[in-house]
Parts: sequence; structure tokens; C-alpha cells
Amino acid sequence: MMQHHTQKTLMEVRNLKVHFTIKPDNAWPWQKGHALKAVDGVDLTIYEGETLGVVGESGCGKSTLARALLRLVPITEGNVVWLGQDLTDLDKKQMRDKRQELQMIFQDPLASLDPRMTVGDIIAEPLVTFHPELSKDEVKSAVRQMMDRVGLLPNVINRYPHEFSGGQCQRIGIARALILKPKLIVCDEPVSALDVSIQAQVVNLLKELQTEMNLSLVFIAHDLSVVKHISDRVLVMYLGNPVELASKRSLYAQPQHPYTKALMSAVPVPDPRIERSKSIQLLAGDLPSPINPPSGCVFRTRCPHANDTCAAQKPVLSAFSNEHQVACSRLAELS
Amino acid sequence: MTPLTHTTSANTLLDVGNLRVRFKTPDGLVTAVNNLNFTLAQGETLGIVGESGSGKSQTAFALMGLLAKNGLIEGEARFEGSNILSLNDKAMNRIRSKDIAMIFQDPMTSLNPYMKVGQQLMEVLTLHKGMSKANAFDASVKMLDAVKMPEARKRMAMYPHEFSGGMRQRVMIAMALLCQPKLLIADEPTTALDVTVQAQILTLLNELKQDFNTAIVMITHDLGVVAGLCDKVLVMYAGQTMEYGTAEDVFYRPTHPYTQGLLKAIPRLDSEGSTLATIPGNPPNLLNLPTGCPFEARCEFARARCLTETPILNTFVSGQKSACHKSTEGWAV
Repeated sequence: MMQHHTQKTLMEVRNLKVHFTIKPDNAWPWQKGHALKAVDGVDLTIYEGETLGVVGESGCGKSTLARALLRLVPITEGNVVWLGQDLTDLDKKQMRDKRQELQMIFQDPLASLDPRMTVGDIIAEPLVTFHPELSKDEVKSAVRQMMDRVGLLPNVINRYPHEFSGGQCQRIGIARALILKPKLIVCDEPVSALDVSIQAQVVNLLKELQTEMNLSLVFIAHDLSVVKHISDRVLVMYLGNPVELASKRSLYAQPQHPYTKALMSAVPVPDPRIERSKSIQLLAGDLPSPINPPSGCVFRTRCPHANDTCAAQKPVLSAFSNEHQVACSRLAELS
Repeated sequence: MTPLTHTTSANTLLDVGNLRVRFKTPDGLVTAVNNLNFTLAQGETLGIVGESGSGKSQTAFALMGLLAKNGLIEGEARFEGSNILSLNDKAMNRIRSKDIAMIFQDPMTSLNPYMKVGQQLMEVLTLHKGMSKANAFDASVKMLDAVKMPEARKRMAMYPHEFSGGMRQRVMIAMALLCQPKLLIADEPTTALDVTVQAQILTLLNELKQDFNTAIVMITHDLGVVAGLCDKVLVMYAGQTMEYGTAEDVFYRPTHPYTQGLLKAIPRLDSEGSTLATIPGNPPNLLNLPTGCPFEARCEFARARCLTETPILNTFVSGQKSACHKSTEGWAV
């Protein structure tokens, strides 16, 4: 999508790495730990008003990436530039102020709400924290307005989270994230715990709110169909590394990376004729350990096209077309 | 595809009639499964679809005799002619695994973490078939090979935590198939797995279905999984059957508003579309079910009759069944 070049850049992520140090329980104090490379070199730009989908399977680093964007995990290397300001330079207090503009919605709708606070208090908390000057009535009317906007009835304001279903809890989480009028919301698997009929309600709500408030969303999910539905651009990750980044249209119409192709062929479609006649590209073996990832291309151990080049050099995202980037050394031969 | 008939024919393996599962709770009796009827022939696959709380898992537990202590069963389930719901524990133990086996959702919690995988597999054979250890070992390795476990012999001496999620589910499937059961009940076998691993497991189940001619009851919330695997589909909502028919009928000609809504609400990889169709509201509380149709409050077609009268499961000419006043009365939409 060419339009992005005219859109305002909100966030720029450069060579982002998040490594965790893992030490065995019985290690001696002087022993060095191993580095678990959860995110290993991601470059991204997030534009105003767009939705960037991030997909991948468990262990691909998508949740760690989400957390790193808000500096909720320590960043090992690289920069996260928010509106011209490098977030990695900020101290704790400055970062805290920035979080008014950057909010998050979590996967488990019930676990991310304080069980001892009423719905009204949960939604009001960010507002009370950052704007202590507001009067009680002002806070209350802002909360009511927000509850109305996300589809919560005003009479539930004094109830506790356990009295709500998963879908309603997620609405509370959305209201809490939106009350400070942020510019970017990072959604970490916001609908994967919900039933299909409820999932559709929450996805539609997020889309509506986005247009209305000109929000940017980073939408993390393992479900390619949901991501296709909500995103403008999509990043596919595998074992901490970006493998493909493209506009939604280009990615779903012509996936280029062997991993993306395998991933897409594996998604079941609710249509018996299609489902029974399609050919699935089964991936051989298991996901390698992120403590000791394969040399070169991390996907090469399971890739049907891997050769010696793939083991020797690590491919980086490079342009396939102006709206499509792929990290594969053999792309030119294969496509 | 097998036609849908409820007459018990010669190759009917399982015939479930008026199955009802209720639980005694401090707040009163909760009906988890109400008046469930279905039949399954040899080698056939039935998909039971529904959202959380629809009673699909309790149906499986009832059939296997695994209900919680406060559970009450009514109705019958005839497996090869005899009612398995009335069997005592000892008799049921003889049938479990040998004739009917089950795969559970979470492969980690259903394997014993203290026992080597090989021991757990061999136990099935020594217990049910009275095999010697050496024979049981060979048969287990063979079965692990059959479910495409690499280095099967080496894996026999490993503990469950040494396996990945997909490999653990393969162990579970191998264990379930060791005695070559006639019926396999799979309760959300791929829900905890990644899509690429799910694809491996579903391909495996499809192959095993052909190789062993095992009948499968596939319990899932994912209509995509059902589409690839099942001959017949039963859609449950609030413990009741909403629709029952061949996969073709249910996917291409759904008659119940709930099935129709469900199919429209799924985002699909093969379609565009900006706004997802939604089913408004939430599923009803099982403790306090409405008097009429359980789906009434969320149904766009609901009329006065739906509020007062529970629709019965009606059979159409094609054999497809639907519990809805609209589809039986032919209301104009």
C-alpha cells in the first residue's frame, strides 16, 4: 500500500533484540548463562491509523515483541523511536508518562483485571493516575461514556470482574486502554480466549473504535484468519526473526516465504469441499530451541528448499515489491 | 457420504438415545446435555461442534463413564447393541481403550509425568490384551511409528516433558489406538496446538481413519477442523442439539439460525469482507435456561412462539435435523 508513505510515522523500530539470560537452577554463581533470543532483530514502522498484524506460532517471539514496544521487557539492543523520541533513552518516570499514548490489551481477559476492583474503578484507574486534577464527577462521566462506547451497560459499573463473561471482560480491558485516548494500542492475542460468536463482536468493536479515534493497532495473534480480517499490513515471525512483512493484500494473495506458505496452507477453512481437496504443506520436525537456534536462516532445518547458502548466511528482510518484504536467501530462485 | 438415518442398521456402532447429563450443584440441578440423539456407523466420523458450555465435552465424558461424582446420566448409549451407560466400573474398564478410546485436549496433563512414555504405552497392552512385556514393547514401537514419531525406539525411554506438544499428542493418539478400538472419542485434540502442528495431527487422523477403519467422534469448537474430517456434524448450544446433518448439508445448507450465524461469524482465510457478522449477546446461563428456545434471545428471527415453546428436533426430507420453529414452519424472512 503506497499510501503509507504519505501517512505520519508513529513508531519506528530498528534492529530490536530482546535476549533473556537463562541459567540452570544448579549453576554456580560464576557460570555464564545462555542467551535465549526471544526477538532477534526486528525492523518495523508503524503509521498513524493503521493496523499492523503480527502472526506466528508459539515461541516465535510475537508477545515479547509486543511487550518490548512498550518497554515492558528490557531491550537488549536496538531502538524504539516513538514520534521522534527514542524510548530506550527514557528513564522510568519519563517512560511512564509516555505510556499514556501507548496502551496494551492482554490475552487473558479475566486475569488482566484486578479481581478486587469494580469495573468503574478499573476503567477509571488510568485517568485518576495521570490526571489527578479531575473531579470525581468528571472521572465518572468519562468512565460512563467509555463504557457506553465499548458496549457495557451503565448499571454494571459497580460489579466485579468475576461477574462477567470473557467477551465482556475484554470490553472492560478495551475501555481501560482507551480512556486516556492513546495513539497506539498493542493488542496481545485479544480474542484467542473467546468463542467464535463473541470473537466477532470484539474484532468489530476494535475496528469501529479505530476508525472513530484514529488509533493505530498492533494486533498480535496466532490466527491468520483473524489477522487477515483486521490488519492493513502483516508481519510474520518465526523463532524470534521476521520472515515476511507485507500489505495484507499482497501477503495473503502471494505469500513468498516457505514458512508463510506452510502456515497458510495449514489453516483449516470451514468448507468441506475446499478443505478435503486442498494440499497442505506439512512442516517436518519441531520448532528448534531459541537458546541454540540454527545458524544462518532460522527456518532452514524445516524448510523444503534449504541448501548450504541458507546455513551460511542469515537472510534479512529485503524488498520483493514495494509493499512486500521477505527474508529468504533463495527467494529469487524460488519465485 | 452416508445418508442420515436413525434406523439402526447392521453396521451401526454407537446409537445414543435421549442422552441427558445433569449435575447436582448447590444452586440446583444444572442440565449440561439435554436429549441428545445420534448414531455412528463403523468408520464414520461425527463432529460435535459448540461453544464453551454447550455440553460437548460432557457428552464425551458421559459416554466414557468419566463424569464427575455429582453428575447424573439418563438415556442410553448402545455400543454394538449393549447399553454402556448402565455398565459398572469394572465392565466399563474392559471396554475403555479396548473398544472405545479417548484423546483429551491437553496432552501434558493426560500423560503421567512420572512414567516413561514407553511404560505408559505398554501398560495398555499388558493390561487389556495380556501381552508379555517384550511383545508389548514391539507393538508400542510399531504404533509410535504408525503415528509418525521419529526415532520411536529411543522415544520409548523418554518422559512426557521431553516431548513437544505435537509429539505428546501423537503419543496420546498412539496410546488410544494400541488396542485398535472401534470408536475413538477426540475431545478438542488440536486446540492446544499450533496450526502447522494441528495440520500434522489432522492429516494423521485422516490416514488412521482409513487404515484402521476407526469411527471417530470429534469434539471441537473449530468448524474448519470439522470440515476437513467429519462425515456428519452435530451443532450443540446450551446442551441441546440445534442442527444435525451431513457435513455437506450443515455447511452448505444450514437451516438453524445459530449454525448460520456461526458460519458467518468466522473470519475466513479465503474471503475478504470488512465487517464480521456477529451473533449479539451471550450464551444463556445453564442454571436458569429460558422456557422456550435457548437461542431465542440472540436470534434475529425470533417470534412470540420461540419464547414459550421449546422447538423439537425436526427431520427434513434430506435427513437433516433442525430444532427451530422458523425452519419447520417456513416463516418468510
